[in-house]
Order: sequence, then C-alpha cells, then structure tokens
Amino acid sequence: MHPELIKPVKKVRGGVKVPHSKNTKDMPVNRLPAPETVYLPMNQHIGAPCEPVVKVGDTVKVGQLIGDSDKYVCAPIHASVSGKVSAIKELRTATGVVSKTVIIENDGEMTEFDGIEPPKIDTREEFIQAVRQSGLVGLGGAGFPTHVKLNFKQDAGIDTLIINAAECEPYITVDYRECVDNSWHVFNGIHLVKDMLGFKKVIIAVEDNKPEAIKILERIAEKNDDRDEIKVMPLKSKYPQGAEKMMVLSATGRKVPPGKLPADVGCVVMNVASAAFIARFVRTGRPLVSRSLTVDGSAVANPQNVRVPVGTEIEYIIQKCGGYSEEPVKIVTGGPMMGAAIVDTHRPILKSNNAILVLGKEDISVKKQTDCIRCGRCAKACPLSLMPTIIEKYAKAKDYSALKAAGTMVCMECGSCAYSCPAGRPLVQYMRNAKAVLREEAGK
Amino acid sequence: MSENTAEKKLLTVSASPHRRTQDTTRGIMLDVIIAMIPALVLSVVLFGFDSLKLVLVSVAFSVLFEWLCRKVMKRDNTIGDLSAIVTGILLAFNLPSTMPLYMVIIGDAVAIIVVKQFFGGIGQNFVNPALVGRIVLMMSFPTYTNNFAEPFAWKIDKIDAVSGATPLALFAGNYSHDAAVSVMNSSELPGLSQMFFGIRAGCLGETCAAALIVGALYLFIRKVISPTIPLCYIGTVAVIMLIRGGGSLSFTAYQVMAGGLLLGAIFMATDYTTSPMSFKGKVIYAVGCGIITSLIRIFGSLPEGVSFSIILMNILVPHIERLTHSRPFGAVKEKKEKKEKEATA
Repeated sequence: MHPELIKPVKKVRGGVKVPHSKNTKDMPVNRLPAPETVYLPMNQHIGAPCEPVVKVGDTVKVGQLIGDSDKYVCAPIHASVSGKVSAIKELRTATGVVSKTVIIENDGEMTEFDGIEPPKIDTREEFIQAVRQSGLVGLGGAGFPTHVKLNFKQDAGIDTLIINAAECEPYITVDYRECVDNSWHVFNGIHLVKDMLGFKKVIIAVEDNKPEAIKILERIAEKNDDRDEIKVMPLKSKYPQGAEKMMVLSATGRKVPPGKLPADVGCVVMNVASAAFIARFVRTGRPLVSRSLTVDGSAVANPQNVRVPVGTEIEYIIQKCGGYSEEPVKIVTGGPMMGAAIVDTHRPILKSNNAILVLGKEDISVKKQTDCIRCGRCAKACPLSLMPTIIEKYAKAKDYSALKAAGTMVCMECGSCAYSCPAGRPLVQYMRNAKAVLREEAGK
Repeated sequence: MSENTAEKKLLTVSASPHRRTQDTTRGIMLDVIIAMIPALVLSVVLFGFDSLKLVLVSVAFSVLFEWLCRKVMKRDNTIGDLSAIVTGILLAFNLPSTMPLYMVIIGDAVAIIVVKQFFGGIGQNFVNPALVGRIVLMMSFPTYTNNFAEPFAWKIDKIDAVSGATPLALFAGNYSHDAAVSVMNSSELPGLSQMFFGIRAGCLGETCAAALIVGALYLFIRKVISPTIPLCYIGTVAVIMLIRGGGSLSFTAYQVMAGGLLLGAIFMATDYTTSPMSFKGKVIYAVGCGIITSLIRIFGSLPEGVSFSIILMNILVPHIERLTHSRPFGAVKEKKEKKEKEATA
C-alpha cells in the first residue's frame, strides 16, 4: 500500500505527551510588510560571530553581505532590507546575548543586490561553498551553520541523510507549512543535498499528527527514480521525537554517544525548511534574509504564520498580528518546551527563531515548587536515560565525579523532566546548574 | 527603545519548559486516598464503626502533627499535599479495630514527627512512616496490636465480641508439610473465598483482598504506581510458598492473601520516597521484600513479616539505587570501555 513509508527502527524511550496546540496549521505563511528598521546581530548562529563588512552611512541592498568572518564555524549575514546603515553598535538579542548589531533604515524599496545570481555548482566543494555563502543555519531552532554540518569527509562512512519534519514542539507549524506549501522546494532540496553529497539513503521523519504532510512527503519519495533511496518515516507524536539524537535512533537504530555528533554514527540530520531553502538558493542565489515564524498564544489577537525579514523587531510582528488580546504573561521565542522567555519585545528576530509565543494566563499554569517526592517521573520521561532529580542533588553537593558518572553533560535540555514533575520543580534549570558546576570544575 | 514596555507590567521570565503537566503531588496523594476507599469501606462493614473511628482519629492527628511540626520548624505548611492523610490512613489500616485510640495517636506522633518531619518532611524520610509507627506500637503494646476482632462481631454483641486468630497466627510455627496440611483442614481457618472477600480476623485494611486489588488496579490505570513492585513482591512470596508447600496452590493462595502482604505490596512498598526509581532497582527491592517476608513467616517467631521486610528493604534503597543507576543514552558500559581500551593498547 505505502511502499514509501517505513517504521522507526527503534523506539525512543521516555518522552511526554504534550498538548499539540497546532492552532495555525491551516494558515499559509503570510508575508508581512518589511519594518522601517531592522537590527541584524552579528551573532545569529552557533560558532564565531561575524564582523561587519559595511560602515555606518553605507547604502545596502537586499541580499548584500554585511557581516562575515574568516572563522570556519560561522555563517555570513546579509542585509534583509534595502536602505542605509544607520548605526553599528552592541545590542542585546532577545535571549540576552550582547552582540555587535548592524542597524539598517529601510528605504521601502526592497531593491535587490545586483550581485545576486544563482551559484555555479558542479562539484561537492562548490555546493558546500554555496551553502556557506547563502548564510544558512539550521532553521529548526539550534542555528548551527549548515555548511559545517554538510562538510564531512567523504570516507567518514556517512550514509544516511535524515530530513527532520517532525516538528514535535507544540504550537509551531512553519515546517508543516513548508511541506504543504513549498513541497516542490522540499523535493528539490532533498535531491540536491542527496546527490551533491552522495547519500545512499534519505529518511524523512515526520510526526503522525500531520497526516497531510506525510501524504505530500510520500509523493516526494515516490517521485524518486530509485525508489529505495528515499523513505518517509512517520513517528508517533511524542515529545521530543524531533530531537537530533532521537531522530538518529528512530531512523537507524544508532545511538549518538555522549559528546558526539550524528556524523559520528554516520548520519546527517537536516531540518526540512533548511532543505527547501537550499533548493531556492541554488535556483535564485538569494541568501537567507527572511524566515517563517509561527505567532501564536492566547495573548495575541490573530495567531498566524508569517514571513518577515531577519532582524525584524518582535514587537512589530506582534502588532502586525493584531497586537495583544490580553496582558501577556510570558513571551517566548521558539517552542514552549525549549524556547527562551524574553524580557523585551523590542528585540530582533534571528535566523534560527521559528516561533513567537505570546502566552497569556490560560497558557501558563504557574505551579508552586514543592519538595521532590521521588516519584521518578522525571527519570521515566528522560529520553536520554538520565535521572534529573538525582543529578540535582549531586549538583547541590558539588559531587563532581557523581555528576560526571550520571551523564549530566548528555542532557539536551528538552524539558521532558520538568514538564512531567508533579512537584513543579524547574529541573531544566537544575540541569543547567549541574552543567555549570561541572564546567567550573573543568576550568579549575 | 523600550518606553512602551516600561509602562506595562514586566513579562515573566523563567527557564524552559513553559508548559507543565497538570499532575500535582496533591493529585497523586488524592489518587492514593481514593484507591484506599474500597478497603476502608470493607473494614467498616467487617469490623464496624470502631474501624472508621480509628481511621478518622489517625488521620486527624497525623495532619495535626504535620501542621504543628511545620509551624514549629517555621517551614511552609505542607498539609495541603495530603500526604499526612495517606500516612494516617495507612497506619490505621495496619492496626486491629480494637486498638485504643490514644495508642493510635502515639503511632501517628512517631510516624509524622520522628520519621517524617525530623528528616525533612515529604520525600526525605528514609523509611515508611506508617510502618515505623506500626512497629513501635507492636513493640510497645503487643497485646493490643494482636487483639483482633472477628469479622461481623460488632453485629452480635459488643460485650461478647470474640477475639479471633488471624490465618497467619494459625500457620505460625506450622510451616512443615504435615502441620500446614492440618492447619488448612482445621475449621478455624476461613475458606479461600472468605479470605478473598476479607471475612477473617486481621488488621483494618489488610483483610479484603478484593478491595485491595481494586485499589491497585485504580493506581495502575491512573499511572500513580507501576505494577513492578506489587507483582514482584507478591510473586516472590508466591513462588517461595509454592515450593515450601510442596506445590500446594491453596497453601500459596492462603499465604498471598493472609496477613498484610497485599496491603504492604500495593500501598506501602510502593511509597515513592522509600523505593527505588529505576525498573531494575524496583525489581531487586521487591524481590528482597518478598524473600524477607517469606523467611520471617517460615522461620521467624513472628507470624507476619511484611512490615519488617519493607522497612529493611527501605534502608537498602540508597544502595540499590547506586547499583542500578541508569546508563546515559549512548554511553558504553565501563567494562566494555575497558576492553576496548585494552584492545587498542
């Protein structure tokens, strides 16, 4: 019946059943008018920050390079509107990181940079170089420069490309919309990456709460000449199925060892929107200057999916979505499980942000923190087999060897433990504390 | 840049995740209380309002002691989490209906003040409070804790209320094959169906197997406890008794339903605070409970060993936990690692 569908090789342990709240799944992405000013931090990715290559007073056009670095783990940054560079100064991003920021006053023209043309790609090296020039970072949320991920040694035994369309965080639907609305780009992107880098096997992973996306991805897999090479893997809807290590386990049965990357077990995991972007970039040469976001939560008037220039103020986006329908309690960039709560909405959207959640009273259940009753639900929920409540105690006692043995550094901060804690303990915070304790010891 | 936000109320900032389960400690404790209601109702049916009085007094004083302790220690009051109520009911469940009320209050004081609050309150005690309360009463007032009323005695006449022997008291010292057979043939021992529905002498909550099993099923369905500990505990006792009884199923059934085994395995051994968290740990702990219970019954001078066996295993929990630490995702076994190192070296 469905020759393109495959079952996960191994089941992910633990995890939690979080209400999906995919309220915006039927809303195609709405392109918002560009704001008057964009703020482009030079540190939008994991790795070395960029240095501005423009000066105050320069006129820039859409897609023009404004920040780059000669460091390897880094992705260049391009102007997302046309206009004048009004200032370059140190500003805080939404999550509190201070970063050199290029501020551009929009001239309203959105003139495209003259130098934009489809990249010439014949070899693998040229492809990876092109991905670097596009400024692409993982669009799923982590913001790791994609060219670094793709630039593995050919003899390193990497055989499987996993396309992550799981989107297991509640609320967020932009990857789903990418599959439904831009399925052609997704198709082309997957093929490009597969052919350019010589993957033998491609597995597209998607949670089964998105049957329409599964259907479309199945057709993408069908269109492949060699049918055995691309498969779609529906996953049971359970948080955090979409986490990188979980994805590798489901697709191949391999476990990424502590401190290692998927590449160490022969896999590359790539977000579905990143793949679609690569297809667009190769066709047009337009670098990453805008991105799709889910704007949702009970305190925003018109929840929807929007596309905005990178560097747009969060406040501007909320206002364009009808403003606040009630006093917001918490505003989060990213999903409710791993996203960061922000203090000030006058901060720019980064390349890696995939959602703005304006959470009101009904979204937030403030639970008083009480003593641990040792019910073990955190340990049961941990997909990485850690025991958060015990690690919390080790951290308090500063027991370094116990902390190390308990695998503290393995924690990916998915939040399953804190979600399931009946005593309302902020276990992710404690895990971070535990990591800090270990780092402090390592630094001595 | 932020004139606008300055006028508004500041946003809440906290570590992720920003969503939490609806489950609470209070909800869990409430589920445990609900699961004990069938056994409570049966105890009133079997032993009359004496048993209800006992439970109510025990609960009232447990809560009172908890409240007082927290007050005196100047800590947040925790009576709202309902755990003191659970302890109160459990202590009463482990006593005969004839118990004088002031003794119950002493038991509550030991359980709540000494065992629970002295060690820091909920989640901190290293042994089960209700069980220690019971053991202290057993040691201090043995004649009272062994004075069991016959079921339905309350219906006949208060003054004539006969004190009955529990099935395990009949079996005590009679675990050799012939002796066990003669006990099973004696008219004093209730039939197996009577055992199942609790028509026998015993502590309040322990007699009715049916009611306890209903409670257990409720807790399993609500996912408050996993079946691991009850099944391994009862299973271990069943296997040992099956061997001891020379394969006699009815002897095994008596041993499983008699005494406090079901009550202990379902409601006491599964106490979160004093049992291991991991599956492997739970199995070791429960099998240990089963072995000690059987040994005390067969070789000990006491007719029953559930309380002691759970307490003994409670004490071992930190060690069991250390031995059964779960291995982090993707980490290789130490032995394997060593081997690999040797291979490369």
